[in-house]
Amino acid sequence: MSYFTLALTLIFVIIPILLSRTLQLGLEKDTIIAAIRSIIQLLAVGYVLQFVFDSENYIYIILMLLLMIGAATQNARKKGASIVGITWKLIVAFVFIEVLTQSILLGLQIIPPTAQYIIPISGMVIGNSMVLSILFLNRFTAELNNNREQTELILSLGGTPKQAIHRQLITSIRASTIPTIESQKTIGLVQLPGMMSGQIIAGADPVEAVLFQLLVLFLLLTTAVVTSIILGFLSYPTLFNDRMQFLEDHLENVD
Amino acid sequence: MADFKNAIELKNVNFSTDDLHIIKNVSGAFPEGKITTLVGPSGAGKSTLFKLLNGLRTVDSGEIIIHGKNINTYPPVDLRRHVGLALQSAPMINGTVYKNIALPLTLNGKELTEETAKELLHLVGLEEELIQRKTKDLSGGQRQKLSIARTLVNRPKILLLDEITSSLDRISQQDIEELIVRINEKYETTIIWITHNLEQALNLGHYTWFLKAGELIESGPIDVLKNPTNEEIIQFVKGEAQ
Repeated sequence: MSYFTLALTLIFVIIPILLSRTLQLGLEKDTIIAAIRSIIQLLAVGYVLQFVFDSENYIYIILMLLLMIGAATQNARKKGASIVGITWKLIVAFVFIEVLTQSILLGLQIIPPTAQYIIPISGMVIGNSMVLSILFLNRFTAELNNNREQTELILSLGGTPKQAIHRQLITSIRASTIPTIESQKTIGLVQLPGMMSGQIIAGADPVEAVLFQLLVLFLLLTTAVVTSIILGFLSYPTLFNDRMQFLEDHLENVD
Repeated sequence: MADFKNAIELKNVNFSTDDLHIIKNVSGAFPEGKITTLVGPSGAGKSTLFKLLNGLRTVDSGEIIIHGKNINTYPPVDLRRHVGLALQSAPMINGTVYKNIALPLTLNGKELTEETAKELLHLVGLEEELIQRKTKDLSGGQRQKLSIARTLVNRPKILLLDEITSSLDRISQQDIEELIVRINEKYETTIIWITHNLEQALNLGHYTWFLKAGELIESGPIDVLKNPTNEEIIQFVKGEAQ
Protein backbone atom coordinates (compact mmCIF):
# COMPACT_ATOMS: atom_id res chain seq x y z
CA MET A 1 0.00 0.00 0.00
CA SER A 2 1.38 3.44 -0.91
CA TYR A 3 1.16 6.63 1.12
CA PHE A 4 -1.28 7.94 -1.52
CA THR A 5 -3.69 5.07 -0.96
CA LEU A 6 -3.28 5.48 2.81
CA ALA A 7 -4.26 9.11 2.37
CA LEU A 8 -7.41 7.95 0.55
CA THR A 9 -8.37 5.83 3.58
CA LEU A 10 -8.76 9.06 5.53
CA ILE A 11 -12.24 9.08 3.98
CA PHE A 12 -13.09 6.60 6.75
CA VAL A 13 -12.09 9.22 9.29
CA ILE A 14 -14.00 12.01 7.55
CA ILE A 15 -17.29 10.06 7.48
CA PRO A 16 -17.68 9.84 11.30
CA ILE A 17 -16.58 13.48 11.68
CA LEU A 18 -19.24 14.67 9.22
CA LEU A 19 -21.89 12.49 10.86
CA SER A 20 -20.88 13.66 14.32
CA ARG A 21 -21.12 17.29 13.24
CA THR A 22 -24.52 16.84 11.55
CA LEU A 23 -26.05 14.94 14.46
CA GLN A 24 -24.18 16.96 17.10
CA LEU A 25 -22.65 13.87 18.68
CA GLY A 26 -19.64 15.83 19.91
CA LEU A 27 -17.17 13.19 18.73
CA GLU A 28 -15.21 15.32 16.22
CA LYS A 29 -12.33 16.28 18.50
CA ASP A 30 -11.76 12.77 19.85
CA THR A 31 -12.01 11.25 16.37
CA ILE A 32 -9.39 13.64 14.99
CA ILE A 33 -7.07 13.07 17.96
CA ALA A 34 -7.50 9.30 17.66
CA ALA A 35 -6.72 9.38 13.93
CA ILE A 36 -3.64 11.58 14.33
CA ARG A 37 -2.33 9.61 17.29
CA SER A 38 -2.73 6.28 15.53
CA ILE A 39 -0.90 7.57 12.44
CA ILE A 40 2.02 8.94 14.46
CA GLN A 41 2.25 6.06 16.94
CA LEU A 42 1.98 3.26 14.40
CA LEU A 43 4.40 4.86 11.93
CA ALA A 44 6.86 5.46 14.77
CA VAL A 45 6.50 1.84 15.92
CA GLY A 46 6.96 0.68 12.33
CA TYR A 47 10.28 2.51 12.01
CA VAL A 48 11.42 1.43 15.49
CA LEU A 49 10.56 -2.19 14.68
CA GLN A 50 12.47 -1.98 11.42
CA PHE A 51 15.47 -0.67 13.34
CA VAL A 52 15.23 -3.41 15.99
CA PHE A 53 14.80 -6.16 13.38
CA ASP A 54 17.79 -4.91 11.39
CA SER A 55 20.06 -4.50 14.42
CA GLU A 56 19.51 -8.12 15.61
CA ASN A 57 20.51 -7.07 19.12
CA TYR A 58 18.73 -8.57 22.16
CA ILE A 59 19.20 -5.38 24.17
CA TYR A 60 16.78 -3.60 21.85
CA ILE A 61 14.25 -6.42 22.14
CA ILE A 62 14.39 -6.22 25.93
CA LEU A 63 14.06 -2.43 25.80
CA MET A 64 10.96 -2.78 23.59
CA LEU A 65 9.42 -5.26 26.04
CA LEU A 66 10.14 -2.99 29.01
CA LEU A 67 8.53 -0.12 27.15
CA MET A 68 5.42 -2.22 26.50
CA ILE A 69 5.19 -3.30 30.16
CA GLY A 70 5.66 0.29 31.31
CA ALA A 71 2.94 1.61 29.02
CA ALA A 72 0.57 -1.24 29.95
CA THR A 73 1.12 -0.60 33.67
CA GLN A 74 0.53 3.12 33.24
CA ASN A 75 -2.70 2.54 31.33
CA ALA A 76 -4.08 -0.16 33.65
CA ARG A 77 -3.35 2.07 36.63
CA LYS A 78 -5.20 4.96 35.05
CA LYS A 79 -8.23 3.04 33.77
CA GLY A 80 -8.70 0.40 36.45
CA ALA A 81 -10.17 0.92 39.90
CA SER A 82 -7.27 0.87 42.26
CA ILE A 83 -6.05 -0.89 45.34
CA VAL A 84 -3.22 0.54 47.43
CA GLY A 85 0.16 -0.44 45.95
CA ILE A 86 -1.32 -1.67 42.65
CA THR A 87 1.55 -0.45 40.41
CA TRP A 88 4.14 -3.02 41.38
CA LYS A 89 1.48 -5.76 41.40
CA LEU A 90 0.63 -4.93 37.78
CA ILE A 91 4.33 -4.96 36.85
CA VAL A 92 4.79 -8.36 38.52
CA ALA A 93 1.75 -9.73 36.65
CA PHE A 94 2.91 -8.44 33.24
CA VAL A 95 6.53 -9.56 33.71
CA PHE A 96 5.41 -12.99 34.92
CA ILE A 97 3.02 -13.59 32.02
CA GLU A 98 5.63 -12.41 29.50
CA VAL A 99 8.36 -14.62 30.95
CA LEU A 100 6.01 -17.60 31.20
CA THR A 101 4.71 -17.41 27.63
CA GLN A 102 8.07 -16.63 26.00
CA SER A 103 9.82 -19.39 27.96
CA ILE A 104 7.36 -21.93 26.58
CA LEU A 105 7.38 -20.52 23.03
CA LEU A 106 11.18 -20.20 22.81
CA GLY A 107 12.03 -23.15 25.06
CA LEU A 108 10.01 -25.60 22.97
CA GLN A 109 11.15 -23.84 19.79
CA ILE A 110 7.58 -23.07 18.77
CA ILE A 111 8.80 -19.74 17.43
CA PRO A 112 12.34 -18.74 16.38
CA PRO A 113 14.17 -16.42 18.79
CA THR A 114 14.03 -13.35 16.59
CA ALA A 115 12.59 -9.91 17.14
CA GLN A 116 10.14 -10.45 14.29
CA TYR A 117 8.34 -13.09 16.39
CA ILE A 118 9.08 -12.10 19.97
CA ILE A 119 7.94 -8.49 19.77
CA PRO A 120 4.52 -8.81 18.07
CA ILE A 121 3.58 -11.85 20.17
CA SER A 122 4.69 -10.08 23.37
CA GLY A 123 2.63 -7.06 22.33
CA MET A 124 -0.48 -9.20 22.02
CA VAL A 125 0.18 -10.99 25.32
CA ILE A 126 0.93 -7.83 27.33
CA GLY A 127 -1.89 -5.89 25.65
CA ASN A 128 -4.42 -8.56 26.51
CA SER A 129 -3.02 -8.89 29.99
CA MET A 130 -3.54 -5.14 30.40
CA VAL A 131 -7.19 -5.30 29.31
CA LEU A 132 -7.75 -8.28 31.61
CA SER A 133 -6.20 -6.38 34.53
CA ILE A 134 -8.58 -3.48 34.06
CA LEU A 135 -11.59 -5.82 33.82
CA PHE A 136 -10.44 -7.75 36.87
CA LEU A 137 -9.69 -4.71 39.04
CA ASN A 138 -12.99 -3.01 38.23
CA ARG A 139 -14.96 -6.14 39.01
CA PHE A 140 -12.97 -7.03 42.12
CA THR A 141 -13.32 -3.60 43.75
CA ALA A 142 -17.03 -3.52 42.85
CA GLU A 143 -17.51 -6.98 44.41
CA LEU A 144 -15.67 -5.90 47.56
CA ASN A 145 -17.66 -2.67 47.84
CA ASN A 146 -20.98 -4.45 47.35
CA ASN A 147 -20.20 -7.26 49.78
CA ARG A 148 -18.58 -5.45 52.72
CA GLU A 149 -21.13 -6.90 55.11
CA GLN A 150 -20.46 -10.49 54.04
CA THR A 151 -16.71 -9.91 54.30
CA GLU A 152 -17.02 -8.62 57.86
CA LEU A 153 -19.56 -11.32 58.72
CA ILE A 154 -17.06 -14.05 57.87
CA LEU A 155 -14.29 -12.27 59.78
CA SER A 156 -16.60 -11.77 62.77
CA LEU A 157 -17.34 -15.50 62.89
CA GLY A 158 -13.63 -16.34 63.00
CA GLY A 159 -12.86 -16.65 59.29
CA THR A 160 -9.52 -15.67 57.77
CA PRO A 161 -9.12 -12.80 55.26
CA LYS A 162 -8.75 -15.35 52.45
CA GLN A 163 -12.02 -17.01 53.46
CA ALA A 164 -13.68 -13.61 53.83
CA ILE A 165 -13.05 -12.58 50.22
CA HIS A 166 -12.84 -15.99 48.57
CA ARG A 167 -16.18 -15.71 46.80
CA GLN A 168 -15.55 -12.16 45.58
CA LEU A 169 -12.11 -13.19 44.31
CA ILE A 170 -13.40 -16.23 42.42
CA THR A 171 -16.36 -14.29 40.96
CA SER A 172 -13.99 -11.58 39.69
CA ILE A 173 -11.49 -14.02 38.20
CA ARG A 174 -14.31 -15.85 36.41
CA ALA A 175 -16.03 -12.68 35.23
CA SER A 176 -12.86 -11.19 33.77
CA THR A 177 -11.74 -14.35 31.96
CA ILE A 178 -15.09 -15.55 30.61
CA PRO A 179 -15.18 -13.03 27.69
CA THR A 180 -11.82 -14.34 26.39
CA ILE A 181 -12.99 -17.95 26.57
CA GLU A 182 -16.43 -17.24 25.13
CA SER A 183 -15.16 -15.15 22.23
CA GLN A 184 -12.92 -18.04 21.19
CA LYS A 185 -15.91 -20.33 20.85
CA THR A 186 -17.38 -18.30 17.97
CA ILE A 187 -14.13 -17.15 16.43
CA GLY A 188 -13.95 -17.60 12.65
CA LEU A 189 -17.73 -17.94 12.43
CA VAL A 190 -18.53 -14.28 12.93
CA GLN A 191 -15.35 -12.35 12.44
CA LEU A 192 -11.85 -13.19 11.33
CA PRO A 193 -9.26 -12.23 13.93
CA GLY A 194 -7.30 -9.06 13.11
CA MET A 195 -3.88 -10.65 13.00
CA MET A 196 -5.00 -13.43 10.67
CA SER A 197 -6.84 -11.00 8.41
CA GLY A 198 -3.72 -8.83 8.22
CA GLN A 199 -1.54 -11.77 7.27
CA ILE A 200 -3.97 -12.96 4.60
CA ILE A 201 -4.27 -9.46 3.10
CA ALA A 202 -0.47 -9.18 3.11
CA GLY A 203 -0.40 -12.33 0.96
CA ALA A 204 0.29 -15.14 3.45
CA ASP A 205 -1.08 -18.62 2.97
CA PRO A 206 -4.50 -18.68 4.81
CA VAL A 207 -3.74 -22.01 6.51
CA GLU A 208 -0.37 -20.71 7.71
CA ALA A 209 -2.17 -17.59 8.99
CA VAL A 210 -4.70 -19.79 10.81
CA LEU A 211 -1.94 -21.78 12.52
CA PHE A 212 -0.37 -18.60 13.89
CA GLN A 213 -3.74 -17.27 14.92
CA LEU A 214 -4.41 -20.48 16.86
CA LEU A 215 -1.07 -20.08 18.61
CA VAL A 216 -2.08 -16.57 19.65
CA LEU A 217 -5.56 -17.64 20.78
CA PHE A 218 -4.18 -20.36 23.01
CA LEU A 219 -1.63 -17.93 24.40
CA LEU A 220 -4.42 -15.52 25.28
CA LEU A 221 -6.26 -18.21 27.25
CA THR A 222 -3.22 -18.59 29.49
CA THR A 223 -2.76 -14.83 29.61
CA ALA A 224 -6.34 -14.22 30.72
CA VAL A 225 -6.47 -16.80 33.48
CA VAL A 226 -2.94 -16.28 34.81
CA THR A 227 -3.20 -12.46 34.85
CA SER A 228 -6.35 -12.30 36.94
CA ILE A 229 -5.20 -15.03 39.33
CA ILE A 230 -1.85 -13.31 39.95
CA LEU A 231 -3.45 -9.91 40.44
CA GLY A 232 -6.12 -11.36 42.72
CA PHE A 233 -3.73 -13.19 44.98
CA LEU A 234 -1.29 -10.26 45.09
CA SER A 235 -4.07 -7.76 45.83
CA TYR A 236 -6.20 -9.26 48.55
CA PRO A 237 -3.59 -9.33 51.38
CA THR A 238 -3.22 -5.53 50.97
CA LEU A 239 -6.85 -5.17 52.03
CA PHE A 240 -6.33 -6.65 55.51
CA ASN A 241 -3.99 -5.88 58.40
CA ASP A 242 -2.27 -8.36 60.72
CA ARG A 243 -5.25 -8.24 63.12
CA MET A 244 -7.32 -9.63 60.21
CA GLN A 245 -9.33 -6.42 59.88
CA PHE A 246 -10.77 -5.34 56.54
CA LEU A 247 -9.17 -2.04 55.46
CA GLU A 248 -11.94 -0.41 53.43
CA ASP A 249 -9.83 2.68 52.79
CA HIS A 250 -7.32 0.60 50.84
CA LEU A 251 -9.86 0.44 48.05
CA GLU A 252 -9.60 3.51 45.85
CA ASN A 253 -11.97 4.09 43.02
CA VAL A 254 -10.36 5.88 40.11
CA ASP A 255 -12.85 7.46 37.73
CA MET B 1 -19.96 -4.32 91.13
CA ALA B 2 -17.21 -5.42 93.45
CA ASP B 3 -18.49 -8.94 93.99
CA PHE B 4 -17.98 -10.44 90.55
CA LYS B 5 -15.32 -10.69 87.97
CA ASN B 6 -15.63 -8.62 84.87
CA ALA B 7 -15.82 -10.32 81.49
CA ILE B 8 -14.72 -7.14 79.74
CA GLU B 9 -13.02 -4.00 80.97
CA LEU B 10 -12.37 -0.83 79.01
CA LYS B 11 -9.76 1.70 80.03
CA ASN B 12 -9.79 5.15 78.40
CA VAL B 13 -10.79 3.74 75.03
CA ASN B 14 -10.80 6.09 72.03
CA PHE B 15 -11.68 5.31 68.44
CA SER B 16 -12.01 7.53 65.37
CA THR B 17 -12.57 7.02 61.66
CA ASP B 18 -11.40 9.67 59.22
CA ASP B 19 -12.31 12.85 61.10
CA LEU B 20 -15.07 11.40 63.28
CA HIS B 21 -14.30 10.77 66.96
CA ILE B 22 -16.73 7.89 67.63
CA ILE B 23 -15.71 6.49 71.02
CA LYS B 24 -14.53 9.11 73.50
CA ASN B 25 -12.36 8.09 76.41
CA VAL B 26 -14.68 5.30 77.56
CA SER B 27 -13.80 3.42 80.76
CA GLY B 28 -16.07 0.80 82.29
CA ALA B 29 -16.79 -2.89 82.69
CA PHE B 30 -19.23 -5.62 81.68
CA PRO B 31 -19.77 -8.11 84.52
CA GLU B 32 -19.18 -11.81 83.93
CA GLY B 33 -22.17 -14.06 83.31
CA LYS B 34 -24.71 -11.22 83.35
CA ILE B 35 -26.90 -9.52 80.78
CA THR B 36 -25.93 -5.89 80.25
CA THR B 37 -28.18 -3.79 78.07
CA LEU B 38 -26.49 -1.08 76.07
CA VAL B 39 -28.76 1.87 75.40
CA GLY B 40 -28.48 5.38 74.05
CA PRO B 41 -29.57 7.53 71.12
CA SER B 42 -28.58 6.74 67.51
CA GLY B 43 -25.01 7.68 66.71
CA ALA B 44 -23.85 7.01 70.28
CA GLY B 45 -21.18 4.58 69.02
CA LYS B 46 -22.85 1.41 70.31
CA SER B 47 -22.32 -0.69 67.16
CA THR B 48 -18.76 0.61 66.81
CA LEU B 49 -18.06 -0.48 70.38
CA PHE B 50 -19.16 -4.00 69.39
CA LYS B 51 -16.76 -4.01 66.43
CA LEU B 52 -13.95 -3.08 68.82
CA LEU B 53 -14.91 -5.89 71.23
CA ASN B 54 -15.15 -8.48 68.41
CA GLY B 55 -11.79 -7.34 67.01
CA LEU B 56 -13.10 -6.01 63.69
CA ARG B 57 -11.56 -2.65 64.64
CA THR B 58 -8.67 -1.67 66.90
CA VAL B 59 -8.73 1.14 69.47
CA ASP B 60 -6.71 4.28 68.71
CA SER B 61 -5.73 4.59 72.37
CA GLY B 62 -6.68 2.97 75.64
CA GLU B 63 -7.06 -0.70 76.46
CA ILE B 64 -9.68 -3.45 76.24
CA ILE B 65 -9.28 -6.37 78.64
CA ILE B 66 -11.23 -9.56 77.89
CA HIS B 67 -11.29 -12.20 80.62
CA GLY B 68 -8.21 -10.69 82.17
CA LYS B 69 -6.13 -10.48 79.00
CA ASN B 70 -5.48 -7.54 76.69
CA ILE B 71 -7.57 -7.97 73.55
CA ASN B 72 -4.48 -7.72 71.33
CA THR B 73 -2.91 -10.79 72.93
CA TYR B 74 -5.70 -13.00 71.51
CA PRO B 75 -5.11 -14.32 68.00
CA PRO B 76 -7.92 -12.63 65.95
CA VAL B 77 -9.64 -15.89 65.04
CA ASP B 78 -9.73 -17.08 68.69
CA LEU B 79 -10.99 -13.70 69.88
CA ARG B 80 -13.88 -13.70 67.41
CA ARG B 81 -14.96 -17.21 68.38
CA HIS B 82 -14.72 -16.24 72.05
CA VAL B 83 -16.68 -12.99 71.59
CA GLY B 84 -19.59 -13.73 69.23
CA LEU B 85 -21.37 -10.96 67.34
CA ALA B 86 -24.91 -10.98 65.92
CA LEU B 87 -25.75 -7.99 63.78
CA GLN B 88 -28.97 -6.05 63.33
CA SER B 89 -28.87 -6.50 59.54
CA ALA B 90 -28.36 -10.29 59.90
CA PRO B 91 -26.16 -10.56 56.79
CA MET B 92 -26.19 -13.95 55.03
CA ILE B 93 -23.86 -15.65 52.61
CA ASN B 94 -25.49 -16.87 49.39
CA GLY B 95 -26.99 -20.31 49.70
CA THR B 96 -29.14 -22.36 52.02
CA VAL B 97 -30.01 -22.06 55.69
CA TYR B 98 -27.76 -25.06 56.34
CA LYS B 99 -24.80 -23.43 54.60
CA ASN B 100 -25.21 -20.36 56.80
CA ILE B 101 -25.69 -22.14 60.08
CA ALA B 102 -22.70 -24.40 59.35
CA LEU B 103 -20.52 -21.43 58.34
CA PRO B 104 -18.61 -20.95 61.63
CA LEU B 105 -17.53 -24.60 61.55
CA THR B 106 -16.87 -24.67 57.79
CA LEU B 107 -14.51 -21.71 58.30
CA ASN B 108 -12.74 -23.80 60.91
CA GLY B 109 -12.44 -26.81 58.56
CA LYS B 110 -15.09 -28.79 60.47
CA GLU B 111 -18.52 -30.05 59.59
CA LEU B 112 -21.87 -29.45 61.28
CA THR B 113 -24.08 -32.53 61.26
CA GLU B 114 -27.56 -32.01 59.92
CA GLU B 115 -28.90 -33.23 63.24
CA THR B 116 -27.05 -30.54 65.22
CA ALA B 117 -28.11 -27.95 62.66
CA LYS B 118 -31.75 -28.95 63.15
CA GLU B 119 -31.36 -28.79 66.93
CA LEU B 120 -29.99 -25.26 66.63
CA LEU B 121 -32.86 -24.21 64.37
CA HIS B 122 -35.26 -25.64 66.90
CA LEU B 123 -33.48 -23.79 69.70
CA VAL B 124 -34.07 -20.40 68.06
CA GLY B 125 -37.62 -21.28 67.06
CA LEU B 126 -37.16 -22.03 63.36
CA GLU B 127 -38.82 -25.04 61.72
CA GLU B 128 -36.31 -27.70 60.72
CA GLU B 129 -37.94 -28.00 57.28
CA LEU B 130 -36.27 -24.67 56.48
CA ILE B 131 -32.83 -26.25 56.49
CA GLN B 132 -32.54 -26.52 52.68
CA ARG B 133 -34.35 -23.24 52.00
CA LYS B 134 -32.39 -20.45 50.30
CA THR B 135 -31.75 -17.61 52.74
CA LYS B 136 -33.05 -15.06 50.24
CA ASP B 137 -36.49 -16.65 50.65
CA LEU B 138 -36.55 -16.10 54.43
CA SER B 139 -38.49 -13.35 56.20
CA GLY B 140 -36.68 -10.68 58.22
CA GLY B 141 -37.54 -12.44 61.47
CA GLN B 142 -36.37 -15.82 60.21
CA ARG B 143 -33.07 -14.32 59.07
CA GLN B 144 -32.54 -12.74 62.45
CA LYS B 145 -33.18 -16.02 64.25
CA LEU B 146 -30.83 -17.81 61.87
CA SER B 147 -28.18 -15.17 62.49
CA ILE B 148 -28.41 -15.79 66.26
CA ALA B 149 -28.25 -19.57 65.80
CA ARG B 150 -25.17 -19.13 63.59
CA THR B 151 -23.41 -17.00 66.21
CA LEU B 152 -24.14 -19.67 68.85
CA VAL B 153 -22.36 -22.38 66.81
CA ASN B 154 -18.97 -21.11 68.02
CA ARG B 155 -20.22 -21.37 71.64
CA PRO B 156 -18.98 -17.90 72.53
CA LYS B 157 -18.33 -17.02 76.18
CA ILE B 158 -19.39 -13.47 75.44
CA LEU B 159 -22.30 -12.69 73.15
CA LEU B 160 -22.76 -9.29 71.53
CA LEU B 161 -26.29 -8.71 70.25
CA ASP B 162 -26.87 -5.65 68.11
CA GLU B 163 -30.61 -4.81 68.01
CA ILE B 164 -31.43 -8.37 67.10
CA THR B 165 -35.16 -8.09 67.76
CA SER B 166 -35.85 -4.73 66.11
CA SER B 167 -37.28 -6.31 62.95
CA LEU B 168 -39.31 -9.00 64.72
CA ASP B 169 -42.98 -9.20 65.57
CA ARG B 170 -44.02 -9.28 69.22
CA ILE B 171 -44.20 -13.10 69.46
CA SER B 172 -40.82 -13.70 67.80
CA GLN B 173 -39.32 -10.98 69.96
CA GLN B 174 -40.51 -12.77 73.09
CA ASP B 175 -39.15 -16.09 71.79
CA ILE B 176 -35.74 -14.54 71.27
CA GLU B 177 -35.76 -12.80 74.64
CA GLU B 178 -36.56 -16.09 76.38
CA LEU B 179 -33.87 -17.85 74.35
CA ILE B 180 -31.20 -15.33 75.31
CA VAL B 181 -32.16 -15.51 78.99
CA ARG B 182 -31.98 -19.33 78.75
CA ILE B 183 -28.52 -19.18 77.15
CA ASN B 184 -27.37 -16.77 79.82
CA GLU B 185 -28.64 -18.99 82.63
CA LYS B 186 -27.61 -22.34 81.17
CA TYR B 187 -24.12 -21.54 79.86
CA GLU B 188 -23.44 -18.45 82.03
CA THR B 189 -22.69 -16.60 78.83
CA THR B 190 -21.96 -12.91 79.32
CA ILE B 191 -24.43 -11.01 77.18
CA ILE B 192 -24.24 -7.44 75.97
CA TRP B 193 -27.40 -6.37 74.24
CA ILE B 194 -27.87 -3.18 72.25
CA THR B 195 -31.53 -2.28 72.22
CA HIS B 196 -33.72 0.68 71.39
CA ASN B 197 -36.56 -0.92 73.28
CA LEU B 198 -36.52 0.53 76.79
CA GLU B 199 -38.95 -2.06 78.12
CA GLN B 200 -36.67 -4.82 76.84
CA ALA B 201 -33.63 -3.15 78.38
CA LEU B 202 -35.37 -2.92 81.75
CA ASN B 203 -36.87 -6.41 81.74
CA LEU B 204 -33.83 -8.35 80.64
CA GLY B 205 -30.80 -6.41 81.77
CA HIS B 206 -29.09 -7.06 85.08
CA TYR B 207 -26.87 -4.14 84.25
CA THR B 208 -26.91 -1.27 81.84
CA TRP B 209 -24.61 1.08 79.98
CA PHE B 210 -25.89 4.41 78.72
CA LEU B 211 -23.85 5.83 75.84
CA LYS B 212 -24.35 9.20 74.19
CA ALA B 213 -22.29 10.74 71.39
CA GLY B 214 -19.42 8.34 72.07
CA GLU B 215 -19.30 8.97 75.82
CA LEU B 216 -20.28 6.59 78.60
CA ILE B 217 -22.74 8.70 80.57
CA GLU B 218 -23.60 6.12 83.20
CA SER B 219 -23.21 2.41 83.91
CA GLY B 220 -24.28 0.12 86.71
CA PRO B 221 -27.16 -2.07 87.94
CA ILE B 222 -30.37 -1.74 85.92
CA ASP B 223 -31.71 0.74 88.54
CA VAL B 224 -29.65 3.36 86.73
CA LEU B 225 -32.25 3.11 84.00
CA LYS B 226 -35.26 2.21 86.15
CA ASN B 227 -34.96 5.14 88.55
CA PRO B 228 -32.65 7.49 86.70
CA THR B 229 -31.00 10.37 88.50
CA ASN B 230 -28.82 11.49 85.60
CA GLU B 231 -30.52 14.30 83.67
CA GLU B 232 -29.50 12.94 80.23
CA ILE B 233 -30.93 9.51 81.02
CA ILE B 234 -34.14 11.06 82.34
CA GLN B 235 -34.49 12.93 79.05
CA PHE B 236 -33.77 9.77 77.04
CA VAL B 237 -36.23 7.65 79.04
CA LYS B 238 -38.91 10.33 78.61
CA GLY B 239 -38.29 10.49 74.87
CA GLU B 240 -38.43 6.70 74.48
CA ALA B 241 -41.59 6.42 76.58
CA GLN B 242 -43.53 8.91 74.45
